[in-house]
Amino acid sequence: MRRPVAVRVVGPLQWIVYPALAAIAATIIFATPVQLFGLMLPEPVFPMVLAFAWPLIRPSMTAPAVLFALGLFLDLFWNGPLGLWALCLMGVYVVILLSRNLLAGHEGVIRFAWYMACTLVAFLVAYVIVAVRAGNPPAILALIGQILPTLILYPIADWMLERFDDGDIRFR
Amino acid sequence: MTAGAPADSNPLCGRSPVAFRDGPFENLKVPLAWTAAVVAVVAMAGAALLLVSDRTTPDGGSSYGAARGAAASVTGPVSGVFAAPVRWVGAVTDYIGGYFFAVSENRRLKAEVAELEPWRDQAIALKNVNARYEAMLGLRTEPAVPMVTARAISDARGPFNRAKLVDVGASKGVRIGNPVINEHGLIGRVTGVTGGVSRMVLLTDVASRTPVLVDRTDARALLTGDGSDNPRLEFVRGAGSVQAGDRILSSGDGGGLPRGIPIGVAAKGIDGSWRVKLFSDRGAVDYVRVLLFQDFGQLIDPNALNAPPLAGLTTAPPPNAEQAGAIGDAAARRQAAAEAQAARARAAAVAATPPATTPAAAQARPVQTRPAQPRPAAEAPSAAMSPQTTPAQAPEGAT
Repeated sequence: MRRPVAVRVVGPLQWIVYPALAAIAATIIFATPVQLFGLMLPEPVFPMVLAFAWPLIRPSMTAPAVLFALGLFLDLFWNGPLGLWALCLMGVYVVILLSRNLLAGHEGVIRFAWYMACTLVAFLVAYVIVAVRAGNPPAILALIGQILPTLILYPIADWMLERFDDGDIRFR
Repeated sequence: MTAGAPADSNPLCGRSPVAFRDGPFENLKVPLAWTAAVVAVVAMAGAALLLVSDRTTPDGGSSYGAARGAAASVTGPVSGVFAAPVRWVGAVTDYIGGYFFAVSENRRLKAEVAELEPWRDQAIALKNVNARYEAMLGLRTEPAVPMVTARAISDARGPFNRAKLVDVGASKGVRIGNPVINEHGLIGRVTGVTGGVSRMVLLTDVASRTPVLVDRTDARALLTGDGSDNPRLEFVRGAGSVQAGDRILSSGDGGGLPRGIPIGVAAKGIDGSWRVKLFSDRGAVDYVRVLLFQDFGQLIDPNALNAPPLAGLTTAPPPNAEQAGAIGDAAARRQAAAEAQAARARAAAVAATPPATTPAAAQARPVQTRPAQPRPAAEAPSAAMSPQTTPAQAPEGAT
């Protein structure tokens, strides 16, 4: 008699909803106007991790919709132009979705290089849009001050890929 | 439309099909990656559409002000709850820092007090002299602006946005455009208001433009934020009108801000442009004060602005029949009185003049009394201005 095998089914709640809520919570917490030892808290773009990891975990129609909502949340919460981060995050999602076959099997430095390239392109697009709208280019140092914390978040994306990729055997 | 297919039917990763299980498309299967791409492209188009349609309104708000207000009123209280532990940690670090640096800070404060005491005495004397000058010259000084104290509950510090949420709103009288200060100087302006939460854009925001003046030379400039901690001074008028260390104040040009609010100190940036080290960065911007100052229009009664100009500069309305009669009667009485006075003067002159007097001299005397004749004509407009009082005053003047 065959013993029943427990099949671990990872639904959208685990790999979409909970990370999205965690990104919102982290964004709100890091927006606290507090100084620790004279330094303000960094302000990374937490949903950038999801825009990179979600299309690699598995294609889904829910993920881009939630990512779009996260971008709108960032714009509303940070008082940016409405649609700015929604557009940039969706751009990253589309690029990674189209590059899934190229990225399949790569780990470590290669994957981080892709994450870095996508992040830089997203910030470049945001920089151009804001500079054109305001007629005034933002400061480069301030831009670097937000890019670096966002790049540091890559281990979270890597952990999500290790945790959820192939978590559902139907997508193997 | 549901996702799901056995692994054996779809061996390629990312090729999971979507099956239309009901209806005529039962056997149609679309790769899941395609559907995800379609959703993503549609979302990108929507984002671009939002981006194009989001405009700044003339009062400084946003065309999506309702959505931003709703988001602020939801995230405001949530930020307060989430941020409480972080705030406690910040208080602990402040306590530790104050404990270890108490001696050096005490020395610095003593030196600062010793330096400021002469300035305090001068300020008191100058305030007294200034008040006397204002009273002598009859200057209409700006009234005191009411303020509302608030706490910053959220902060955007990125290169594209520099803004804060504060926990006061329209219920406390806050309106779009109100300046916000802390104990050191100007911080920004309110750009969005809900019932209990307001959003302020900082001077360092990339979209911020603030008219300022250089205290030493009274030169005008525009303070332009660029997402860094030190906004730029642009359009500085006059060569050599700015030096490092000059105090920068709000100029009040345009009426959006009161004049004279301290902003910062001028300094040369590493890119060679003039920048301003903000006074507000001297301490944590946690508690702020919102000036309930909309613009100069609120300082006076709008009805007074809309009232007609001075009555003396306008043409008097035509008199009615009763006023015309009174005016004519007064003019006739004055003319008769003037003629009678001239006749009496001529008779007195004839009586007092010896017979040898030349006719030329006798004719000159009535000429001396002629200046009395234009008086009724000169007073006629005033009679028209106050027709009720003129008829009563005219007989007195005539007698």
